Amino acid sequence: MRFFFKTDYNQDINLFRDKVDRFWYALLMLTLLAAPLALEEFYLGEISYVFVLSIIGIGLMLLTGFTGQVSLGHAAFLGIGAYTHAVLLSHGAPFVLSMTAATLLSAAVGVAIGFPALRLTGIYLAIATLAFAFIIEHVLIKWESVTGGFKGFPVERPEYFGISITDDIPFYYLSLFCLVLAVLAALNLLRSPTGRAFIAIRDSEIAAQSMGVNLARYKTAAFAVSAGFTGFGGALFAHKIGYLAPDAFNILLSIQLLLMVVVGGLGSIHGAIFGAMFVGALPQAIAIGRDYLPETIARQPGLEPGLFGLILVFFILFEPYGIYGRWLKVKLYFSLFPLYKKATFKKQKTYTKSERNR
Amino acid sequence: MQSLLNGVASGCIYGLIALGFVLIYKATEMVNFAQGDLMMLGAFVAFAAIDALGLNYWLAFLVAVLFMAVFGYLLDAAILRQVIGQPQFAIVMLTIGLGFTFRSAASMLWGTETRAFDTPFTSGVSEVGGLVVNHVSLSIIAGTAILCAALFAFFRYTRVGVAMQAASQNQLAAYYMGIPVKRIFSLIWAISAAVAAVAGVLLAPVALIDVTMGLLGLKAFAAAVLGGFGSIPGAVIGGIVIGVIEQFSGRYMESDLKDVAAYVVILAVLFLRPQGLFGNIGRKRV
Repeated sequence: MRFFFKTDYNQDINLFRDKVDRFWYALLMLTLLAAPLALEEFYLGEISYVFVLSIIGIGLMLLTGFTGQVSLGHAAFLGIGAYTHAVLLSHGAPFVLSMTAATLLSAAVGVAIGFPALRLTGIYLAIATLAFAFIIEHVLIKWESVTGGFKGFPVERPEYFGISITDDIPFYYLSLFCLVLAVLAALNLLRSPTGRAFIAIRDSEIAAQSMGVNLARYKTAAFAVSAGFTGFGGALFAHKIGYLAPDAFNILLSIQLLLMVVVGGLGSIHGAIFGAMFVGALPQAIAIGRDYLPETIARQPGLEPGLFGLILVFFILFEPYGIYGRWLKVKLYFSLFPLYKKATFKKQKTYTKSERNR
Repeated sequence: MQSLLNGVASGCIYGLIALGFVLIYKATEMVNFAQGDLMMLGAFVAFAAIDALGLNYWLAFLVAVLFMAVFGYLLDAAILRQVIGQPQFAIVMLTIGLGFTFRSAASMLWGTETRAFDTPFTSGVSEVGGLVVNHVSLSIIAGTAILCAALFAFFRYTRVGVAMQAASQNQLAAYYMGIPVKRIFSLIWAISAAVAAVAGVLLAPVALIDVTMGLLGLKAFAAAVLGGFGSIPGAVIGGIVIGVIEQFSGRYMESDLKDVAAYVVILAVLFLRPQGLFGNIGRKRV
């Protein structure tokens, strides 16, 4: 077992805990950079899809996992990002500019929904974001001159220096770059006073308030940042799906995004990425698994959402900390090898705390 | 007037589903996102009872309600009891997951095509003072009224009903008074699932039965929030308000605004009066 001694206050907020961590992350980075040399284009496409989902997951994680605000309407921010980016591209805007615009517009809408949402908590917030998502979906359908209505429109495939960025390999590097950017931004945000204020709000609003955290300001900020990340991911998502139509951004997508952060493990950036890997890989796994199932079950159209639901139920019942929590347990098991005690992670007995008087 | 009547009828359905939400929320502080899917299951059970067992409408109605009540009881006893005390978010996600599972199970059992069954009200129409009233709407309104009266009497006059009220006001105190809180919670789930089944069977002649029927639950959720989560009359009134708004916006504005109008109203109400029309939220004491 490795012991970790703190000899400096900065160690609390360093990006990497120590040299060992730095080595492993550098190795991971190198592997990812070298991956296109070894993998087929199909797998590269899948991996870049996971990267895009991870960016969106980080966005939702900042709001749900770190600030403790539930949002059932994140597909709307995703849609705003995707549409802004695609519409601007089709009017000939440069790529970087339209990505920035997608991020900023989503963030602005995030502020707009965040302001009134301050007075709402729990289920009221959930329903407000849900209603908001339905309204945005409707706007996407009705605003035909810009969004193409129900039919939607294909996303431009811009070329720079003779390379089409939507080809598998360039898109892989693009989304990898964006993901690294997003992770660094999120980590830096979280180790700043703003990020600590988010976490304080999640743990106890009243405690945070009495420590001088301005609830209104930080909740709005959380919504804005989260929406911004999601819009940023949405711009890449537009390229990934290639054709935008309003029904791609419905409530089911919002729920899938939530599933991503819950299954990954709430309250960690790792969790967002693990969750994205899971959500990205599951349809493939089901497709492969279909071949081995008896005909009558394998042909069912409802198989995939049903499995999603079942997995969600199992995670909440048996592993509320998600894949990342399981990873921590496995790691601890090996580092303590013969001495691991199950009770280390035992859940405390809890009672319902009434939310009625708040 | 005609739109008003139609609105009230569809609003009653929202109200019934919302009633299920509110019953569970009031008692256990859980938000059940699977309520709409419970309604779908109830409708399918009634369909199966008519189609496969050859029962008549009323018997099938009874079978569906009883079946769903048992189902709700077991659901709570087996699964939901385990997450008591966890943050609300976990419960929301759990019920969403359960809803997906039910939907997929129903599509495996009954397929994805829409179904319908004959009811005594299906094509009946009568004229009252120049208004054309179809019997389906009447049956929905009457069913809601009867159910509300029955629930009111149940909570007011029976021992179990009073125990449920006690458990919802203060779990710990109720427990000390010798009320079996866990069983009471399961019973609440049973009632709520039975209410969902009633809504499903009443709705069946209006909207055909299919696996996506449960999405109606989201609108009912809006109705519950409108009425102030945790107020039983509020849920029914909220449902009716939403139904009426939908009908009128479909009539006087563009017809496809109908589906969104409800949500616009919800957002407006939430921003102006965050606790809903009939809810009350005290300030938290530290």
